[in-house]
Amino acid sequence: MALDTSAHEVHHHTSETVRTATTESRIARYGLIAIALCFIGLFLLLPLAAVFTEAFRNGPGEFVTVLQDPETFSAIRLTLIVAGISVPLNLVFGVAAAWAIAKYEFKGKAFLTTLIDLPFSVSPVISGLVFVLLFGSHSVLGPWLQSHGIQILFAVPGIVLATVFVTFPFVARELIPLMQEQGTADEEAALSLGASGWQTFWYVTLPNIKWGLLYGVLLCNARAMGEFGAVSVVSGHIRGLTNTMPLQVEILYNEYSFVAAFAVATLLALLALVTLVLKSLLELKFSAQIAASRRH
Amino acid sequence: MTASTARRWQFRQPSVIPGFGLALGVTLSWLFLIVLIPLSGLVWRTSALGWPAFWSLATDERTVNALRISFGTAFAAAAVNVVFGVILAWVLVRYKFPGKRIIDAVVDLPFALPTAVAGIALTAIYAPNGWIGSLLAPLGIKVAFTPLGIVIALVFVGLPFVVRTVQPIMEEIDKEVEEAAATLGATRFQTISRVLLPGLAPAVLTGFALAFARGVGEYGSVIFIAGNLPYVSEIAPLLIVIRLEEFNYPAATAIAAVMLIISFAMLLIINLIQAWSRRRYGYGA
Repeated sequence: MALDTSAHEVHHHTSETVRTATTESRIARYGLIAIALCFIGLFLLLPLAAVFTEAFRNGPGEFVTVLQDPETFSAIRLTLIVAGISVPLNLVFGVAAAWAIAKYEFKGKAFLTTLIDLPFSVSPVISGLVFVLLFGSHSVLGPWLQSHGIQILFAVPGIVLATVFVTFPFVARELIPLMQEQGTADEEAALSLGASGWQTFWYVTLPNIKWGLLYGVLLCNARAMGEFGAVSVVSGHIRGLTNTMPLQVEILYNEYSFVAAFAVATLLALLALVTLVLKSLLELKFSAQIAASRRH
Repeated sequence: MTASTARRWQFRQPSVIPGFGLALGVTLSWLFLIVLIPLSGLVWRTSALGWPAFWSLATDERTVNALRISFGTAFAAAAVNVVFGVILAWVLVRYKFPGKRIIDAVVDLPFALPTAVAGIALTAIYAPNGWIGSLLAPLGIKVAFTPLGIVIALVFVGLPFVVRTVQPIMEEIDKEVEEAAATLGATRFQTISRVLLPGLAPAVLTGFALAFARGVGEYGSVIFIAGNLPYVSEIAPLLIVIRLEEFNYPAATAIAAVMLIISFAMLLIINLIQAWSRRRYGYGA
């Protein structure tokens, strides 16, 4: 114990054995861990378990049967279409915004960054409402759209717009801190060696940011597929046509088709679990590329 | 050409990296099309109402009650999340225990799980015949279909905001500070409550504000468990939806405007706290 090395070793094992002045007593430690685990179990894991239990309440047979409803199929299809359009749109926007903000110094940059985050501080219902006010029959654009036979509200374009609005900041806010940390030295080197702007982007910048980009896309996709409030306001709830999966869950639930509602909910819960697993893997393997942005 | 004009305007510092015009052009047009024009539409429709009409809509009794319920339950839920979020962050940063990595990942579940799914799951648990509801019913405690149910749902959606704001700041704490406190004779409890927690206050406040702001606007997870009784458990976002379904656009617009004004005030406060904490502690919350 008198030796430096052994003292060092003891210090490392304090959490299991010896108490030092900078650790809590064993009772306090176990108490806090117990409180944390109970809270997680009660508020996060129990609801997750409830989704699966309720879906299989009447056995796997009924679970499979209720999922084969054509309306559910079209809800799944619409959710995939909406995410398939809005995620790539916000991906391109996010890369462009991060490129402009991280690689250059210009006036009003901080203000621009704040504006990009704006959709996060708007209630989902208000995000839907703004498009109703813009395209509804009472709006300025409404009569013109109607006379030209363009349907935006209560149709797929409106759902896509609302989804793009709520998922707007995801990719950009993931990439901006990452690209700011990486600086411009790599790009300047590539350019001085004769690479064109696009070559520099494809062969230098993109490989540097790809895991952070994937991380942003993952979160963006989870929100795009799961968005409820904004989509609910603009969708019009036309069965088989403008219902996404979360809206289908609501409709089935309000009709007291609980097993069917929870069966569709299990698909969304699985999506959430896959997202969490991939997210943790990315954080574990590529922490250097993501660490910059983990601090929200 | 872009470079020379930019230099003359002093809009940006010169850079050898190409693509500024394209990147900023894409960014600004997308921002205007998707976010700024739709939001300014809301501002315009609100100002078109005129002050007397806006005031009478905003002070309508049902509206005021809905706003009070939204802000009150969001405040209570954010307060609960501050207590348990800080404990959770502390446990995740300081202690080793089996399954820690899984718990850390699970904290983000409310970010990943669609709110409607959370809503029906929580209702199933807290309904009078549910897992927890049936335990509380004999005690005379009703959770589902009361304001307490709203708080439960908002605790669910708000938890990661507190944990993920406080956790990285806790990781940055210098062990030497605690050692200094201990050598000066502080007990462990004194070190934590007098030395560590005050340093974490800006992060905790930011987490509180984020969870609170999210709770005020939350819709999907609340409407199933709330019971949606006007004047008792009807939240403001739901009242906007109800007014829209009645084609009462002025009322929907007015409620939305009030909510936006308060949310933006909150955002401003968050930014001020962050700026203050960076100045005071050298790290951002």
